[in-house]
Amino acid sequence: MTVAELRGVTKRFGPVEALKGIDLDIAEGELLALLGPNGAGKTTAIGMMLGLRRPSTGTVKLFGLDPADRRARSRCGVMLQESGVNQALSVSELVNLFRAYYPNPMSADRAIALAGLEPEAKKPVTKLSGGQKQRLYYALAVAGDPEVIFLDEPTVGMDVESRRTFLDSIKNFAADGRTIVLTTHYLDEADELARRIVVVDRGLIVADGTPDFIKSKVAGRRVTFDSDRALTEADFEGLPRQRLEISGQRAKLLTDQPEDVLRALFQRGMGIKNLSVMGADLEEAFLALTAHDKADAGASRSVEPDSSPLEEVNR
Amino acid sequence: MSTQVMPRPSGMPVAPVSRMLLASLKARAQFYRHSPLFLVFSMLLPLMFYALFGTVFAPKSGAADFFAYLLGSYGAYAVSSIMVFNIGIGVATARAQKIDVLQRATPLPGWVAIASEIFTAMAVAVVSLIPLFIFGAAYGHVQLSAARWLLLLVSLVLGALPVLGLGLAIGYGASANNAPALANLIYLPMSFLSGLFIPLTIMPDWIQKIGVLFPTYHYGQLAWNSVGQGKEDPLWAILWLIVWAAVLFGIAARFYRRDQMRKFA
Repeated sequence: MTVAELRGVTKRFGPVEALKGIDLDIAEGELLALLGPNGAGKTTAIGMMLGLRRPSTGTVKLFGLDPADRRARSRCGVMLQESGVNQALSVSELVNLFRAYYPNPMSADRAIALAGLEPEAKKPVTKLSGGQKQRLYYALAVAGDPEVIFLDEPTVGMDVESRRTFLDSIKNFAADGRTIVLTTHYLDEADELARRIVVVDRGLIVADGTPDFIKSKVAGRRVTFDSDRALTEADFEGLPRQRLEISGQRAKLLTDQPEDVLRALFQRGMGIKNLSVMGADLEEAFLALTAHDKADAGASRSVEPDSSPLEEVNR
Repeated sequence: MSTQVMPRPSGMPVAPVSRMLLASLKARAQFYRHSPLFLVFSMLLPLMFYALFGTVFAPKSGAADFFAYLLGSYGAYAVSSIMVFNIGIGVATARAQKIDVLQRATPLPGWVAIASEIFTAMAVAVVSLIPLFIFGAAYGHVQLSAARWLLLLVSLVLGALPVLGLGLAIGYGASANNAPALANLIYLPMSFLSGLFIPLTIMPDWIQKIGVLFPTYHYGQLAWNSVGQGKEDPLWAILWLIVWAAVLFGIAARFYRRDQMRKFA
């Protein structure tokens, strides 16, 4: 069954085109991460699925209904980036308030336990730390025992420790077949939590697949080495490589054919030290998919390949 | 762990509105329990004015009538300041804290949140009138029939509808920073010119003529009428109040829609 369905969705805020045509189906039980840099359109996309924002063109369905339909919303839990609650109320008072909004809520104790907030249950919101507040919003998101939860940048403001326990809690919650849709710009978070990653950049979906698939979208190998002389882009002319960063004598590039690249470099008489050839990680895949700037600031330069994976996916 | 798809939970597709409303009212009550100063402020200020002004200016003969008249004035002042300040500043603050954004993503219908705000304000209004009534009867020797006491209470609560509209208009139209100043700027001169602070009879003629235009004047007349000292036919007062309520609720609705369009279009 389809939880959320976006068809040709665009969204314009005055002169800004936040979404430029999104098609997306989210099936029940999926763990999906919308991954993208700030301003990519992730929050706008989530807002559409929740009926908080209306598409300029295109259609959005939630459980086959208008996302603003109360029957659809009764099956969703939500954690938003910019939203608030009555600061004077305590954790348990707020959880109970939100439970009343849903037809079949879970017990307040369970929601508070899922968020790991038992010691803070009686505390007013004003006495909570930033990370505890985030977990309160999580407790409110699960209070209605929803089939799907939408989490917009859920770990913002959390330290490493609470981020870990929080991600574990989401995993547990997802384990009994619930659907999780989260946005993040933390790549490791998407890699760890999601079984499907949708990369959004400048209002478009630039890649959609498993974490492994996303990684395969860029060249599979990362080659790093130091040369015996200062490098220029010309040294890599005509080689089968994708992303190239040069910083003085150090080069870092992505390629499908590391052997060919290295053979060619040796033939060109380049001295190579400190060579390493490794599998590309998600971060590199992500950078390659969303790379905009031809030249980065500072000493290191990025060079766009002729056929970028970005175009490849957009076709 | 099972990976099979969860069936739609059996039972109701949506929670009953009554349950949402009750929970919202309970949350409002919890808010006042945690922040009792808001309540004390609404209760104490009118009582203080009533006591001071009544004691200083009560005539030697007919003091009880004077206290009855002032009960109408300060009752109207107490209730309308709750409507303008508690609602106006309360709604503006909730908007600033984006409480409405998260609420909007839940199945809670928007009107339930507004209704619970209004019911709470009315309950707070009744609570703030009780000490005023007790003080009037005990210290001011105000003697009214049970029917008149009740009429005064009902007039004070229901006659406040236009100022409730004003409170909502400020709440949805102004930012949290501007709302308190705006509420004072509109409400205080209006109450003064309507005779809620100082009886109109001791004010210059031209003020009385201006006062007639404001909703608070007719609100006051309705209250004074219930203690047997009104100068305006209560039916006229009610008509004025209905027209003003329609105008102010209309303005509030416009601001509400503008706010919704900005956030949720």
